[in-house]
Order: sequence, then C-alpha cells, then structure tokens
Amino acid sequence: MRTTFINTLVELARDDPSIFLITPDLGYAVLEKFAKAFPDRFLNIGIAEQNAVGIASGLALSGYKVYMYSIIPFVTMRCFEQVRLDIAYMNTDVKLVGVGEGYSYGPAGATHHAIEDIAIMRVLPNMKVCCPGDPYEVRKIVEQSAEIRGPMYIRLGKNNEPTIHNTTDNVTIGKASVLRSGEDFALVTTGNMLELGASWVREWEAQGYNPEFVSMHTVKPLDKDIITSLIARNMNIIALEEHSVLGGLGSAISEVIAGFNTEVKLIECGIPDIYSHYVGSGKAIAAHYGLFQIPSVKDVGL
Amino acid sequence: MHEKKMNDTCKELRKSVLDMMHYSKSSHIGSCFSIIEILYTLYFEILNTRPANLNDPNRDIFILSKAHASAALYATLAFKGFFPRGWLKRYYIDDGILPGHLDRDAVPGVECSCGSLGHGLPIGLGMAIAKKTKNASGKVFVLLGDGECNEGSVWEAVMFASTRKIDNLVAIIDFNHLQGMGADVIDQANLSERFSAFGWHTEVVDGHSIEALSGALLSGSPGKPLVIIANTVKGKGISFMEGKLEWHYKSPNDQEYEQALRELEKS
Repeated sequence: MRTTFINTLVELARDDPSIFLITPDLGYAVLEKFAKAFPDRFLNIGIAEQNAVGIASGLALSGYKVYMYSIIPFVTMRCFEQVRLDIAYMNTDVKLVGVGEGYSYGPAGATHHAIEDIAIMRVLPNMKVCCPGDPYEVRKIVEQSAEIRGPMYIRLGKNNEPTIHNTTDNVTIGKASVLRSGEDFALVTTGNMLELGASWVREWEAQGYNPEFVSMHTVKPLDKDIITSLIARNMNIIALEEHSVLGGLGSAISEVIAGFNTEVKLIECGIPDIYSHYVGSGKAIAAHYGLFQIPSVKDVGL
Repeated sequence: MHEKKMNDTCKELRKSVLDMMHYSKSSHIGSCFSIIEILYTLYFEILNTRPANLNDPNRDIFILSKAHASAALYATLAFKGFFPRGWLKRYYIDDGILPGHLDRDAVPGVECSCGSLGHGLPIGLGMAIAKKTKNASGKVFVLLGDGECNEGSVWEAVMFASTRKIDNLVAIIDFNHLQGMGADVIDQANLSERFSAFGWHTEVVDGHSIEALSGALLSGSPGKPLVIIANTVKGKGISFMEGKLEWHYKSPNDQEYEQALRELEKS
C-alpha cells in the first residue's frame, strides 16, 4: 500500500505544483522517489512530529496541499493536539498519511501498533478518515484526496497487500464499495481486513450462503445509506476491522443502527480493549489472542 | 512629535484593553500590557500588513502565539482598521465576535488560530518556508511568551529553522518573567544564549522601547532566523499591576478600573 501511495502521489505532483510532502524522518526506501522528483516540495522535518504538523499547517495556509507521512502513532497520537488545532480546527488542507494499521508492525511491539487511531481521528470535526483496503483503493483514494480541500487521515497497511478489487470497481471517498451483493447477512470491512473478509466470503459461499460484502474504505464521513439499506433489508451486520472495538468502524456503524427501531444485530470483529504483549507478526498476535475468527452463521443469526 | 504620537497610541491601546477586560469581566490584562509596545512597533512601524493586502503572498505575516493576550491584538487591529473599533465591545461575552483565544475565522487580520501554547512558531515556520519555496517576499513574525518557551514544540521549530537557514522568520519573546504559577518555574536566565547556541541571530532589548524594538526588528544576519528577547514588565503602565502575577487572572473591578484609567490618562 505504501508503494502505491508514493507512486500515486508522484504522478499527481507532476501535474499539481501545489502538492508538498513532509515527513518527521520516516519513510526510508519509500519517499525518495518523490524527494528526487520534487526536491523543492519535499521536507524531512526531523524527529519532531509536533513541529512537523505545525509546519504542514503553515504550508497549507500558504496555499500548498500538504501530505505528511509517518508510522501511524507518530502522525496521529504523538502530535494529536497539533492535529486538532493546526489542522482540524483551522480546517487546513493537510492529509495525514499513516502506515502500519493495526498490528502491521507486529513484532516491533505495541509502541508501533495502531489500534486507537480511527477513534481519535474520526472524533475531530472537519477530519475525514479513509482506510483503503487494497492497493486499488489506495490509488483511488489518494487521487481523490488531492481534489478534496481540507483535513483527511489516510490509514495504510504496509506493503505487499494483495489487490482484492476488480480494476473496474467504483471507489469513491464517502461511499462504500459493494464487492458482492447478497441477502443473508452483510460483512463490512475497513482497511486491510478486506483480504481476510474476502476469504470469509468465499468460505460462506462454499457453505451455500449469500452474504453481502462491503468495503467501508471511508469511515468518516460514513456512508449511512448503505447501513440504512442493510437495516431496511433486515440483514445482520458483521463489522471487521484491525482496530479497537471502541471507537472504530463497528462503533460508527452502531451509531447509525442506534437511530433505528430495528432488530438488526451488529457483530463486532476487532481488537479488544487490551495492548498486546505477545511478540510476533500481526497474524501471530491475532492468533495468540484469538482475534478475527470467522463468525459462525449461527452467531450471525441465521 | 512622532514620539508623542507613539506614546498616545500605546496609551489608547492600553485603554481599549482595559475597557475590554472590565466590560467582559475577563483577564490576562497583565499579559496584554507587556506586549503593547511590541504590537505598536510591529503594526505601526514594521509590518507590511494592511486590511487591503491580506491576500498578498508578499505581505508580512504576524502570529500571536501567546494568544491569551488576544485583547491587545484585537485593539491594535481595530486601530489599524482591520475591523470596526465598536467590535471591541464584543470580546469574551455572549454573542461575541472576539474569542478569548484566537480564531482566524473570527475577524480579518488574525492570520492563525492560537491559544494552546507552542503552536505559533511551527506554523509560522511553515509559512516562512512556503514564502521561500514560492520566492515570495515579506517575513513571518511570531510573538511568544517566555513561559511558552517551556513547550518542547518551540524548540523543535527553533532547531529546524536554523538548520534550514530560514532567515525570513522572526521570533519575539515577551520576557516578562511571570508564567502560570509564578517566576523561575523553568530557569530561563540564559534564554538568548540558548537561541544563539541553536544558530539564531539574537537581540536583547527593552521591550517597552519602540526605538529599540524597531532597531532590533530590522536587524538580523543572512541565513539565520532572528529572535528578539524583549525584556518586559507584566502589567506595564499600571502601578498596581506591574510585575504582579495575579493580573494574569484578575479582572479589574470598578474601583481598579477607575484608578487604572486615571493612571493611564496621567502618563
């Protein structure tokens, strides 16, 4: 995903002289392509995230479209109050791009995990939150981000994620992408859980079920229409995300469901309210804590 | 003649701030009075910033990072015609126009929302870098408090500005020696040496002398950001407020208001 991000940004920057990229000293072997092509529009600020966000805001107030890239905790949490005031409150045209969603940096440890970021970013007024699920969604979202003025958080995995989408699929910020229409129940994923979700759908299909499969690459603004449609069709919803079950995709969907008088059930598949102290890859951490198990169709209420 | 006009204007600015604080029953009056001469010097002597050129990329930009002293900036902007002076009555009250801390959407002339300390210098640095990248003229001036220099983000910006030789950035430190809960919370006796050590051109001046401030603001060295350590007195101009921490928090009652007004009129 990060390779797709930088390739797309380089392409955009060729035609758009207002695109500026900064980093608080992370992005080795990722950002060099941009830095080489546009040395006047790239800055390594040093390991100083608060200053980096302030500089991003100052550049944006001077007319630049600024992208700030780092590992998620350092582009969202270390500098949260700067994000709140210098970007969200002032509504500046800054896109925060974080890599390493969920347990992507698995054995690096919890300092580098990102399980709270969707919650704290989506609560900020003016802030959009996009969590593309595969390289195709990354390309579409980054392309569109340059056309949407204002704050946005783009949450990425790492690298080598497979492409799940067909190359003709519609991916539009703020609108869910339906990968498969169904009738029995719905699986809604965000971010890199798209890959796992696709494997669940294949398994359910093999069992003879007909699930709807939705990629919610934009968590804010949430596509309420698709949730409303699922409720209208009386379909239970599974929300799958590599994020805490507090405040992420599942919470956002439950906020919509709460407005209806409905029997529709929400099954939240995410990370419980704990930090991982297990050492291992993201997959191994998930296995250790028993996370992301495919819900049985009984759980789904069939 | 010019000197009399300067003094009269500073007196009028202090009276405006006093009125605003008394009317709205709000405070930070001490923090406002320590920066009156600094704001006067900037807006009446130095800045190429006018209501008519706010969209000119070559204008000078001023950021009040110690934005709890917003009332002093509002008074100055109103005097310079950025908005009607009548709006000063609508500071810090219900259905107000002017918030206690700065919101750039509130009125013309406020270039940056500020209020949480340690934000203005990084943002100003970003603006100064943008000017260089776009080959735009003009400078970016950021006014900080000495207490604000406790914030780590200030020093992140200080280091990067000198590394990148951002010499169109000017920081002014309102060195009034009093912060939230008193003096000497953090030892800053060698503040100017600290800036020098980080590669800045440093000037130390009397922060209530317009002549000294003007000279310092026009100085500098090519390739270096400039900092002016302005030695000031918190509450300057009112005998019972000068150097008193409580005037960070207190609003003048009717009697104190009358006395302060008398002192200003006699000065």
